Amino acid sequence: MTDGIRFDSVTVAYDGNVVLDSLDLTVAPGEVMALLGPSGSGKTTALRAVAGFVRPASGRVFLGGRDVTDLPPYLRGVGMVVQQYALFPHLRVEDNVAFGLKARKVARGEIRTRVAEALEMVGMAEYGRRYPRELSGGQQQRVAIARALAIRPGVLLLDEPLSALDAQLRSGMLAELSRLHRELPEVSILYVTHDQVEALTLADRIAVMDRARLQECGTPRELYRAPKSEFTASFVGSANLLPVTVGERGVFFGERRVEVRGVVPGAATLCVRPHLVGLGAGPNQLAGVVREIQWRGATHRLYVDVDGHRVVADVPELKKPPVYGDAVMLHFAPEDAVLLSVGVGDE
Amino acid sequence: MLVHSRKAKWAVWLVFAVLFLPLFALPLLVVLGASFATNWSGVLPSGFTVSHYTAATRGEALQALTTSLVTALTASLLALTVGTWAALAAAGLKKRQRRLLDALFVLPVAVPSVVVGLAILVAFSKPPVLLNGTRWIVILAHAVLVTAFAHQSVSAAIVRLDPAYEQAAASLGARPVYVLWRIRLPLLLPSLTAAAGLCFALSMGELSATMMLYPPDWTTLPVLIYSATDRGALFAGSALAVVLMTATLLVLLIVSRVRTRASYR
Repeated sequence: MTDGIRFDSVTVAYDGNVVLDSLDLTVAPGEVMALLGPSGSGKTTALRAVAGFVRPASGRVFLGGRDVTDLPPYLRGVGMVVQQYALFPHLRVEDNVAFGLKARKVARGEIRTRVAEALEMVGMAEYGRRYPRELSGGQQQRVAIARALAIRPGVLLLDEPLSALDAQLRSGMLAELSRLHRELPEVSILYVTHDQVEALTLADRIAVMDRARLQECGTPRELYRAPKSEFTASFVGSANLLPVTVGERGVFFGERRVEVRGVVPGAATLCVRPHLVGLGAGPNQLAGVVREIQWRGATHRLYVDVDGHRVVADVPELKKPPVYGDAVMLHFAPEDAVLLSVGVGDE
Repeated sequence: MLVHSRKAKWAVWLVFAVLFLPLFALPLLVVLGASFATNWSGVLPSGFTVSHYTAATRGEALQALTTSLVTALTASLLALTVGTWAALAAAGLKKRQRRLLDALFVLPVAVPSVVVGLAILVAFSKPPVLLNGTRWIVILAHAVLVTAFAHQSVSAAIVRLDPAYEQAAASLGARPVYVLWRIRLPLLLPSLTAAAGLCFALSMGELSATMMLYPPDWTTLPVLIYSATDRGALFAGSALAVVLMTATLLVLLIVSRVRTRASYR
C-alpha cells in the first residue's frame, strides 16, 4: 500500500504557454482526490502528467514514492478512464478488458478469471461477447472502468468520466463509483471534473484549479463552509459575494455593520450561501427590493436588490411569496458568513 | 437526398443519364460490343463470335493476364508496406519534415510516368543493381508509381485516428510495437484495404512506364492490348480489354468484401 500520487512543483507548458503552473499536491493511498475547475484550468493536464502523456517542463511526479517523471506511459501501471471511453472498437468487451493483461503477458488461465472478475465488478458479466458499438453509453463506461481495473492499478485516473452521460445515468454511475471505491479501498483515485456535484459527492478532498494553478485544496466540507477565495466560493456551491470593509470598528457592508464569525483583517468580500439567507427579521438584517422570484418546488429562490447588490436567498416554499417590487427583509446568522481573504481568486 | 420533389428527382436523374452515361459507360459498352464482333461498319457491330475470347483466355493472353496479376499484387503489397511504414513514421515527425516526406512520395505521381519509367531504366541498367531484363524492373516501376496513393490514403487515415485509443492502450501497459499491431493497424485496416484496391487497379492498367521496361518474358496485359490494337486487331484487343477489366473488378470486389468486414463503426 505504498501507492499514492505526489506532484512536486510540476509545471507544464505548450509552446511557451504555461498550462499547469508549479502544482504541489499529494494524494494519499486510497484517497479520492477531485481536481475541480473550469476548462483550461490545467486539471486534465495534471492528470495526463500522471499518466505520462505530457512531460513536465519542470518538477517531478511520484507514484507510490517512485519518481515516474521520465517513465513512458506503458511502464507506469496506472488505470485510466477518459470521457469518450476509448474502447477498442474492433475488440469484443472481454478482449478490451483482457487487453492490458495480454500486453503484460499474464498467464492465459489467469486472464480469464481476472476478466470475469472485472466485468462482474461493474455488473457487465453477461456482455463479454458484445462489441463496444452494441453497448449504450453507460455500459461502455462500465467496460472502460473494468478495463482499467483489470490490471489492478494502484492509481486510477478518471478524466471527466461521467460528462458524456445524461443526468439520470450520471447519478447512478456516481453511486456505482463510490461503491467500487469501497470495494477497492487501497486504490488512489484522481478524479478530474468541472462538475461540483460529482466532486462533492465522491471526493475525500477537492483541489480547486483555475488558470493553470491550484487555488485551494481541502475536504468538500471545508471548501463549502469556509472557502478562502472568491473563486472557490462561487465554484463549489453557489454563493452571495458581498463587498465589505474590515476596520477596527468591525465589518461593514456599505453603512451596515455585520456580525461575522472570525474577522480576517484586510478581507474585502463576504460569502453567504443562498440557503443560509433567511426571510424576515433577524441578525444581520438587510433591507431590499425583490427583483425576481423562482419557484423550485421545495424552495423559493429570491433575487433581492440590496443597495445595488444582488443577494440570492433560497427559502423553504412560501405560502404567500412576495411579488416583484416588494420590500423584504433578509438576514443571516453570523456563523454562516465567511470573510474571504483579498485577492486569492484574482492573483 | 438533397432534392425532394419527384419531378426534380427525375430531372436530376435525366441530367445524370445525359452527361455521365455517354462519358463513362458508353465507351465500355462499345468495347464489350466490339469484343464479340468480327466487323463493325454500321451503327452496331456485326458478325457475332466468341473466338476472340477463346484466344484471350489461353496461350500468350493467359500468360499476360497472370503476369499482370502477379505484377499488380506484388507491386501493391510493396507499395502498401512502404507507404504505410512511411506514413506511420511521418506521423511522428515535425510538420516541416512531414511535408518534405509527403512531397517526396508524391513526386512519382507529379512526374509523367514515362519519365519515371525512363529514370528507372537508366538507373537499373548497370551494376551494382542490374534489374534491366528481369521482371523485377517492371514490378519496381509499378510499386514506385502507386506508393504515393498508398502513402496518401494511409496518412489521411492516421491523422483521423483518435489518439485516445493509443493512449488507452499505452496506459494499460502496451509497448508501442504492441499498440501498433493490436490497435493502430487493425483500426487502419479499412483504409489499408482501400489503398490496396486503388494500388492494384492502377497497376493493372499501367502502360507507359511498362512499355519502356518490360522484358520479353514479362508482357503485361495492357502491353498485349496495345500491340494487338497497334497491328489493327481491334476486336481481339477489345476482348483482352474486357478480360483485363473483369479480372481487375473481381479482385476489387474481393478487396471490398474484406473491407466491409473490417469496418467496425
